[in-house]
Amino acid sequence: MTVLIDLILLAMLVITAFRIIYIKDLFSVVMLFGIYSFLCAALFVTLDAVDVAFTEASVGAGISTVLMLSTIAITGRKEKLSLHSHTFATLIVLLTGGALIYGTFDMPLFGLADNPVHEHVAPRYIETSPTEIGLPNMVTSVLASYRGFDTFGETVVVFAAAIGVFSLLGVRGKPTELLAQEQGLTQHKVLRVVAKISIPLIILFALYVQFHGDFGPGGGFQAGVIAAAAFILYALTFSLRKAVGVVSPRFVKYLAPVGVLLYASVGLVSMLNGANFLDYNVLAADPVDGQHYGIIIIELGVGITVFSVMLGIFYAFAGQVEKANVQ
Amino acid sequence: MDSVLAASGLGILIVMAIALARAMVAPTVYDRILGVNMFGTKTVLFIATIGFIMGRPDFLDIAIVYALINFIGMVAVLRFFEYTSESN
Amino acid sequence: MSALDYLSAALLLLGFIFSLSGAIGLFRFPDFFTRIHASSVTDSSGAVCIILGLALQTNFDLVTVKLLFILFFLLLTGPTGSHALAKSARHGGLLTIPECQEKAKDGVS
Repeated sequence: MTVLIDLILLAMLVITAFRIIYIKDLFSVVMLFGIYSFLCAALFVTLDAVDVAFTEASVGAGISTVLMLSTIAITGRKEKLSLHSHTFATLIVLLTGGALIYGTFDMPLFGLADNPVHEHVAPRYIETSPTEIGLPNMVTSVLASYRGFDTFGETVVVFAAAIGVFSLLGVRGKPTELLAQEQGLTQHKVLRVVAKISIPLIILFALYVQFHGDFGPGGGFQAGVIAAAAFILYALTFSLRKAVGVVSPRFVKYLAPVGVLLYASVGLVSMLNGANFLDYNVLAADPVDGQHYGIIIIELGVGITVFSVMLGIFYAFAGQVEKANVQ
Repeated sequence: MDSVLAASGLGILIVMAIALARAMVAPTVYDRILGVNMFGTKTVLFIATIGFIMGRPDFLDIAIVYALINFIGMVAVLRFFEYTSESN
Repeated sequence: MSALDYLSAALLLLGFIFSLSGAIGLFRFPDFFTRIHASSVTDSSGAVCIILGLALQTNFDLVTVKLLFILFFLLLTGPTGSHALAKSARHGGLLTIPECQEKAKDGVS
């Protein structure tokens, strides 16, 4: 049964990918990318990777669609005609693809019990995490505690991406005179009312994902993206000017490093208590309690950084669109 | 009861495939958005159904995210049209 | 199977029929405004039937509440999205079939 569902989803995924290659209208490409991401997340769900599906849902289908749309609002909707021949490039792609497929023949079969991935650290995590950490969602235990270093690295990468975008596009501290004319989607009155109702619901759900991530799917990363999506929805319906009035770009700029520092400070506190960096056992008298405190704080740090980075990148892109539109 | 759930999951997949076909071959750009929107709603229902088929109802959180994100995507598209029509 | 299971199966089937008719309508109807009508009406009714059908499968706990939340949100945003899209299409200059015929007539005479 699940095999049949997987096959149908994969077939749709491949068809969508080919259609994306052949479409020249970039707006349609963005729309189909949305579908592509929906399909990916559905596949992750059937593979039981709930947390990954969560991330794909919020980032792939939500934020990247918004960012890509704001990009083509500046650059134009038509793909440039390429004049040179594709033969050599096609040859290289086919060769590389062939080599990769040939390589997969050496890989163990999908889902075998004695695959290397099931033999090293995974059994240890599965056996000891209920007693060592005691969280119902094992993904959170692995992500935040066993692999705390990796997650810290990811948070820093997200922060570094924000620095890159800010230094390329710039985030203005105050809205300029030009922005004052912008009113948002004034013609869509029903939409404005419904957006007003749904924004608090989205923020509430983001908080639920943030603090319920230890028990169910989700965590800081997904929560940050969903909370940022709520503010982006506000900016889209009621104008960028008003959104900037609620959460100013300057605030976002200062908030982004706060999350990273919060994460790192947990590591420092555990070092001060005589343990290794990011070893949460020493944060409380009982090691299991210490793990819980550590995980909640670092998830909060991840959430804060991801929220401010996503919102900051949106501000940077939307600011460019406004500029291009007014001129 | 499991077979009923599986059948309805497959049924939703069929509807998703038709909506996908519409999004790919669309007479106007608005039809494409309509197809994408329908695909999104059906994905929400599909993921909810899958959760019941696999006995993991916490999948519903993802369905909720999808419902939220689908709406935000729709608003972004409308906003995009507003910009492009203003500049024309 | 209990009575609740039969009711749930019936609701799921009904939801599938709604959804399928909407998807067919997406291809068969002549102009955009009839197509958006087909898709939006059946999207909402299909979602109501399928989610209520699933809700009858639960033990009436947090899962049921989550399902009802999804339903509430779909009922709130689905019709809104369709309405706004139709409005946007109207502003973008899309015409209904009778208007197209009128225009063609005017062009001939």
